[in-house]
Amino acid sequence: MIVLLGVLVVVIGFATKRNPLLVVGVAGIATGLLGGLSPGKVLAAFGNGFAGSRAVTIFAITLPVIGLLERYGLQEQARHLIARFARLTTGRFLALYLGLRQIGAAVGLTQVFGHAQTVRPLAVPMAEGAAERKYGQLPHRTREKIRSFSASADNVGLFFGEDVFLAVGSILLITGFVNTTYGTHLEPLQLALWAIPTAVCAFVIHGWRLLRLDRQLERELLTAHVHDTAVAEATK
Amino acid sequence: MIKAEWFYWLVGLSFLVMAAQMVTDRSNPKRLGTGAFWGLIGAGFIYSSWVVTKQAPAEPLGGAVLVMACLAGFGFTGRGAPRTTSAEQRAASAAKLGNRLFIPALTIPVVAMACAIGVKYLSFGGEPVLEEGSETILGLGIGAIVALVVGMIILREKRISVPVQSGRSMLEAVGWAMLLPQMLATLGAIFQVSGVGDEVGKLTAALLPKDSLYVAVVVYCVGMFAFTMIMGNAFAAFPVMTAAVGWPVLVGHFDGNAPAVLALGMLAGFCGTLVTPMAANYNIVPAALLELKDQYGPIKAQLPTAGALLGCNIVIMALFAF
Repeated sequence: MIVLLGVLVVVIGFATKRNPLLVVGVAGIATGLLGGLSPGKVLAAFGNGFAGSRAVTIFAITLPVIGLLERYGLQEQARHLIARFARLTTGRFLALYLGLRQIGAAVGLTQVFGHAQTVRPLAVPMAEGAAERKYGQLPHRTREKIRSFSASADNVGLFFGEDVFLAVGSILLITGFVNTTYGTHLEPLQLALWAIPTAVCAFVIHGWRLLRLDRQLERELLTAHVHDTAVAEATK
Repeated sequence: MIKAEWFYWLVGLSFLVMAAQMVTDRSNPKRLGTGAFWGLIGAGFIYSSWVVTKQAPAEPLGGAVLVMACLAGFGFTGRGAPRTTSAEQRAASAAKLGNRLFIPALTIPVVAMACAIGVKYLSFGGEPVLEEGSETILGLGIGAIVALVVGMIILREKRISVPVQSGRSMLEAVGWAMLLPQMLATLGAIFQVSGVGDEVGKLTAALLPKDSLYVAVVVYCVGMFAFTMIMGNAFAAFPVMTAAVGWPVLVGHFDGNAPAVLALGMLAGFCGTLVTPMAANYNIVPAALLELKDQYGPIKAQLPTAGALLGCNIVIMALFAF
């Protein structure tokens, strides 16, 4: 029972907004010691954990080329390109991105899109470009909102697309765990089929919310412009 | 055969080079701490190769990881003034280069795709060209390198220091968040060996009423959701909740359709991933990468979707799995 204190450390740490790295470090040390590991074993666990999970950091390899392209105006060109498609609003563009991300993940291409290699250099400038074409310069708050929704389109698309693909980690984890623990013979295909209804729901729900983003932006930006002019008047 | 470890060395090496640049960057008030942080990550990436094969002890690496956490957690890292182009220069360059700028950016996914669906099956002298099981990671790595070469040719950029400096600026912008996903994976492993999962399983089993199917479905799905939020990973929550409720109660006692119960349970966990800072690589790292002031911005955008989808999973399971 006492090892659950480690979970409590995590919850309290995040609730009080401590630095997450410290929270995780302290929670790991506390849980390990309470669970009866020796200090050496706890250190080894941190070392093995770092070594075994390097794949999540490998996206850093794309940063130099993305940085180079941004230096030469990649984001500006992405904005410029999207501005030519008059019917493509921010919400419609992001819904399209959500669909592409889902289909990509569903056929096993989970590394093809992603936050570092696609969302930052291409999706965000395009989503912002679509809004800028309509409303001009965007206030900071709106920019944050569009960027948050761009990140969400990538996440939702990935999570609820990839389980439709047979060889993905989570499906193999399910069959591996259940077949060894309970001696059954589940096939990945059976599980993947049951991921389809939720994948459709995810596209409909999040796609609808992305389309609604257009209306929210309209409301926000019309009031924001009024507000901005008022502030400008006041500071004259 | 091209091995995944080579790419980890390459990533480690580029972190080390960038760390050296950070130490000499006088525009960064915390240049020593920043350089130490990224230098340790870079060295750790390379040293890890021998930890994975058990040829080197893991304890020193563990110590280094805790030092990195302290360097970042107590505010010893910062960022220098990025050396980049002005907005006017970028606009002019975009006008000149036009859509050619997209070619290198699209090279990454195209090469990644080619590796995942094509090169995967190629072999040379009886050995697969890409290390088995690492094709997607290698695809991303090869894609990034090919894209860099293509980019330097298209942009007529001859100095390799330019992309390295740009990459370093982006690393500094992401900052400590870069290490968080790896720290969380570690925490999951420690929870596992310390028996946190067993305890939660016992708790759920003790609290669950045995006679109501719908309550059990809700407990399984919401349990996956909540436990994934705490662990930051549906994979860690799945064995726990399935051993506690999913298999013995839903499949065993109520005779549910096992593939449906398990697949939907996992998807309920994914809803939890959408709303937790513990899933740092999906929620916190993008916030840093997109330079958001509010590091919880993506979570806020995902919260309503996650709630609705949790409901969908519960309804689909209750209607079709029994």
